[in-house]
Amino acid sequence: MTQIRMVYFAWVRERIGTGEESVEPPESVVTVADLVDWLAETSSGHAEAFENRSRLRAAVDQEFVPLDTPIGRAQEIAIFPPVTGG
Amino acid sequence: MIHISVQQSPIDIAAEMTRAEAAGAGAVATFTGLVRADDGVGTLELEHYPGATEAALLKVAEGAIERWGLSAAIIVHRVGPMQPGERIVFVAATAAHRGAALEACAYLIDRLKTDAPFWKRETRGVTASWVEARNGDHAAAARWDKSTS
Repeated sequence: MTQIRMVYFAWVRERIGTGEESVEPPESVVTVADLVDWLAETSSGHAEAFENRSRLRAAVDQEFVPLDTPIGRAQEIAIFPPVTGG
Repeated sequence: MIHISVQQSPIDIAAEMTRAEAAGAGAVATFTGLVRADDGVGTLELEHYPGATEAALLKVAEGAIERWGLSAAIIVHRVGPMQPGERIVFVAATAAHRGAALEACAYLIDRLKTDAPFWKRETRGVTASWVEARNGDHAAAARWDKSTS
């Protein structure tokens, strides 16, 4: 069981109600998508934030990755909407 | 020379130009993005992913330097609240000749838009809403994917 630091931005952060939290997913959680599925069960805010997977982007240890990426031994995973800078 | 800054304070164009020119080459191309006042936007607020943002911008700048042989790449992006008309982003490419400088400048802003973790929130009156990503931005960034030059 490893602790992962979750960080959230923009409307994902607002819907969840916090910008970061520490989680301990079960071993059945292999990919970022699995993690999102598991987190969606933890509160109505998480469920609302993760409702539409096609609108979610992720970073594992600050590197942008597709949602089907294995989390491996990640220490920090970020979930956020498509970026809108510039 | 690479200069990356993610800052709350206003962007000082003169200072950034001095930096770009000090890299010593024949051409400097720059792009400045301003907060638009369209649709009654009163305030624009920029959120970002500290650490990851700077790393992403550095990667964009390094890509431009390698591809066009620049002597300098500068990216300055504001975060926090700002008003219409204020500068939100400034990029500069310094090269020996205008062709490389102009292309690299376009690359810097196109890539920044899709590769760096920034999020815009607009406030109109008392209503705040997150800006949606635009498909056009991805098309603009994708044109640099190994096809040309």
